[in-house]
Amino acid sequence: MINLKDITKIYKTGKIEFKALKGVSLNVDKGDFLSIIGPSGSGKSTFMNIIGCLDVPTDGEYYFEDTDISKYSKNALAEIRNKKIGFIFQKFNLLTKLSAFENVELPLIYRGVDTKKRHKKVKKALENVGLYKHKDHKPTELSGGQQQRVAIARALVAKPPLILADEPTGNLDSKSEEEVMDIIKNLHRKGSTIVLITHDLEVAKNADRMISIKDGMIYDERMK
Amino acid sequence: MDVKMVLKLAFKGIIANKMRTFLTMLGIIIGVSAVIILVALAQGTTQSVTESIESMGTNLITVTITGRGTDTTLSYDEVMKFSEKEGVSGISPVVSGNVTAKYGNNSTSVSLEGVDSNYETVRNHSVQTGRFIKNLDVEYRNKIVILGTEVVDEIFNGINPVGKDLQINGTKFKVVGVLEKKGSSMGGSNDEKILTPISTAQRFLKSTGVKNFYIQAKSSDEVEIVENQTEISLLKKFENDDDSYRIFNQSEMLSTMDDVTKNMTLMLGGIAAISLLVGGIGIMNIMLVSVTERTKEIGIRKAIGAKRKDILNQFLLESAVISGLGGIVGILTGIGGSSLLTVLVGLNTSISITILIISFGFSLVVGVFFGMYPANKASKLEPVDALRFE
Repeated sequence: MINLKDITKIYKTGKIEFKALKGVSLNVDKGDFLSIIGPSGSGKSTFMNIIGCLDVPTDGEYYFEDTDISKYSKNALAEIRNKKIGFIFQKFNLLTKLSAFENVELPLIYRGVDTKKRHKKVKKALENVGLYKHKDHKPTELSGGQQQRVAIARALVAKPPLILADEPTGNLDSKSEEEVMDIIKNLHRKGSTIVLITHDLEVAKNADRMISIKDGMIYDERMK
Repeated sequence: MDVKMVLKLAFKGIIANKMRTFLTMLGIIIGVSAVIILVALAQGTTQSVTESIESMGTNLITVTITGRGTDTTLSYDEVMKFSEKEGVSGISPVVSGNVTAKYGNNSTSVSLEGVDSNYETVRNHSVQTGRFIKNLDVEYRNKIVILGTEVVDEIFNGINPVGKDLQINGTKFKVVGVLEKKGSSMGGSNDEKILTPISTAQRFLKSTGVKNFYIQAKSSDEVEIVENQTEISLLKKFENDDDSYRIFNQSEMLSTMDDVTKNMTLMLGGIAAISLLVGGIGIMNIMLVSVTERTKEIGIRKAIGAKRKDILNQFLLESAVISGLGGIVGILTGIGGSSLLTVLVGLNTSISITILIISFGFSLVVGVFFGMYPANKASKLEPVDALRFE
């Protein structure tokens, strides 16, 4: 499904170069549940940004469904993010001025789905995370767990082939953490491809495959 | 992304910061209403001046004789000869002098003008009650008068003067009519005078010569021809001394007036437009702040698939909506302000649809133009950087 070959990423601030990724290769098949674990500063965030098409690699090749997208334009990458990737962030990243319903609706709007279809899909996505009755609430009126479930609904509403979860439980209490992990595990059982980025070993152990990153390189990979 | 949704988002952004948005709009509101009020004032003034010039009669040429040597007037017959000239539709000679008019215990000093029946059409000034001077009155030197409204107000104290006897310099005259109220134009009030048959005036004032007369041309195209013919005749009469008479052409006056007021409109409109521009800079300022404030939002939108164009449209539309709303409120304020000026201060104002459309369009253009830079800045943010922003 995605295939990264020898990815490097170099940040330049003035004359100082910083190598965040030093040649990382990774293959994720359809239906995989993969976790990427590493301490802060390990380069895992950079790696996740590149996988998520939020950033482009300095060098290397990135095949998304067999197409090399490492040289894609910003607009083309925006389209991939919109159609192929569902993001779940640590801090939920919901738009505070919009209701839960409108937040979930947003990816469909950018995709150009017409109103009737859009509303049907949003309703279904919110029902799937059990929050349809809260559809008119603003994010600030919801608990952390509920907010993350809205964010998951937003990630799923467009039915993307890849789901990218960046510390999805990092800001949650243990009960909400369990709920959110259950939803993610459930998605995996239904056939979604999931990449989970975390620094928490316990969370990472939920995945079938676990990759450890340190100093910009993969140094360990184990299967469940 | 459909327009309805973009509009909805723009409105949401605006409502979220009511006070700030209102203050931003204020610049546009003041700009637009200033344009409308100032231009309305200028156009109103133009209109009232034009009307008062036209009220003196249409296609009018005024001739004043100052004379040369002992020859200081034209005779009645000499004046009437002008009516035979091509393009002339009417001629009205005036013999005038100052008299004291008295009714009961009230008296006033006023100008007495001897005219004939042509005066009514040539000067476009007829009676509101009673009758005008007739040819028979001129023929029989009838001692009748027609009063201007100010004369009536001054000495008749609300009594209907028609049919009453008026003492002029001790001689009895019968009032047969009252002139329509005209207001003042160049050369003073049109309502503070007394009209009498020209033959009566000639005898009464002991002056047979005509110093003033009015010529009406058949159409505005013929005004110039008539004017030139008149000039040629007068030059001949006064032996090429062009200081001995003055010819005053109403349409020339009108076009001069037009130039002056056009410049005035442009100048006032221009000043107001500058304030609109300043309002636009205010919009740019706020939108820049807004972009910085909403960096995170832009990052989120980009992460879930918003393209550059989507972000650009969102911010452009927001500033267009701010300036558009400001424009609408400004138009209402402008209309309200100009009618208030008319009602309270009595100034003439005239609002044209054109200026409403222009000022609204200009405010929209200002909004889009000054929204361009902030919107472009927002659309160019990198999603990674924007997401990291707190």
